[in-house]
Amino acid sequence: MERSLRGQVAVVGVGETEYFKRGQSPDAEFKLALKAILNACANAGISAKKVDGFASFSNDRSDPSRLAAALGCDELRFSNMQWGGGGGGGSAAVANAAAAIATGIADCVVVFRALAQGQFGRFGQGPRRNSIAGDMAHTVPFGLMSPAQMFAMKVQRFMADHGVKQAALRAISLASYEHAQNNPRAVMYEKPLDEATYDASRWIVEPFHLYDCCQENDGAAAMILVSADRAKDFANEPAYVLGAVAGSHYRAGAGVHNTPDYATSTFKTLAPRLYEMAGVTPADVDVLQSYENFTGGVLMSIVEHGFCTPDGCNEYFVKERFVAPSGALPLNTSGGNLAECYMHGLGLNIEAVRQLWGASTNQVRDASVSMVISGPMVTPVSACIFGKEAVL
Amino acid sequence: MTTYLNPGLPQPAPAPDGLDRPYWEGLQDERLLVQKCQSCETWQWGPEWVCHSCHSFDVGFQETAAQGTIYSYERVWHPVHPALREQGAYLVVLVELPHAGGIRLVGNLLGDPERPVEIGLAVEGVFEHHPDADQPFTLLQWREAD
Ligand SMILES: [Zn+2]
Repeated sequence: MERSLRGQVAVVGVGETEYFKRGQSPDAEFKLALKAILNACANAGISAKKVDGFASFSNDRSDPSRLAAALGCDELRFSNMQWGGGGGGGSAAVANAAAAIATGIADCVVVFRALAQGQFGRFGQGPRRNSIAGDMAHTVPFGLMSPAQMFAMKVQRFMADHGVKQAALRAISLASYEHAQNNPRAVMYEKPLDEATYDASRWIVEPFHLYDCCQENDGAAAMILVSADRAKDFANEPAYVLGAVAGSHYRAGAGVHNTPDYATSTFKTLAPRLYEMAGVTPADVDVLQSYENFTGGVLMSIVEHGFCTPDGCNEYFVKERFVAPSGALPLNTSGGNLAECYMHGLGLNIEAVRQLWGASTNQVRDASVSMVISGPMVTPVSACIFGKEAVL
Repeated sequence: MTTYLNPGLPQPAPAPDGLDRPYWEGLQDERLLVQKCQSCETWQWGPEWVCHSCHSFDVGFQETAAQGTIYSYERVWHPVHPALREQGAYLVVLVELPHAGGIRLVGNLLGDPERPVEIGLAVEGVFEHHPDADQPFTLLQWREAD
């Protein structure tokens, strides 16, 4: 028997809260999670009491048992957390939820992520303790402690190996900001970015300028997944999971920056499996959401998913290619983590579904294969491809 | 003795489970000790309880020369820790030790923080002692080799 998720599960509803700048949410984090889940259920046209599974990632604090109790869910059948930090688990949570549904563990699973950094402290900050032990003791005393600092070293090596120029990173940032200007929900709506402003912006850590780095936001996002045989009973057109993968290469987690393959987005082993499961090639992908913790991660992700060669980046990474609707590979069409909102990337999965529904603020014409790359450079990472019924 | 970075960053301590204690103790004696499997001679870093090659638990610590080449680097401008607010730019380097199985160590590159840096540059270790810390410790820093 062939083992594949292809076409077995579909997204039938999505929901988000309003997005806020970090620390600005008037709601508690758990309340944000509830709101996003209820919005997604309303969008799907299903009572939240019928949700029987929850899947999240990045050590989300909104415990499924409390969610199920708060929402009066009839029964809890799947309570899932993808290990690993950052946004690497965004599409893994979709994969886990889909696997649970496909194998009969649960019937209606919500994938969600909620963040209120004002309530629980910030990402991207160094530790404030006096003493530090373990893996971080080997990096923090040298001033290497934030995510930008952890990942710049990988990107620097990749750019040096392949002669990649700063303009390639800039193109990624400009495309996100351009898309955000058409998205009233985006935090960077009515805040356009041009080349000169990017070039003049301060360095955070070379090779990342300010505009190469994601925002920090409060908010929540959720998606409702059901089996393919039920999916057509819902008002929204089913967005089928064609493929979903999560993981990392040999010893990606070796400590103190010792992974053998270092200058990578961590997708080299995953991307071939993703395409095989989905039954598509890079040329079939109509629109791409690629998680931007930092633009350099997007660069390596796009290379490792076969859209361009490592040595072809300077020619490939131009803004025009990435801007909807005319670009050859529309990228981060909501504004993404850089310019819409940083919801640890789950907003990217929602945008990918919206593209299939024809509901994006930067709609790609006739989008039928919609891809998401989640959380490059960490381990594990993940990716998924959604498709319309016509491509099954 | 001056230090490369301004004081006030978290001070490293051996892991409570003892996994990397020989490394930190060795640095205080100006010796670099990293893991080398006593069974199959595979070098290994970061420290782990088991050899990733042969699964022996006899992963002893072996002294090796503090010499290497720059595998990657970054120039940090934005301070994320209050202790570095007045620091200005600084250089973090990832140093590869070819004679020790190609393991890598993180440190700072001493000297002008705005100097150009090339991947592959040969560097040698400098032991930066912090004797006045609550729990004295030593960091292994790097300078361009002669
Ligand atoms: Zn061994």
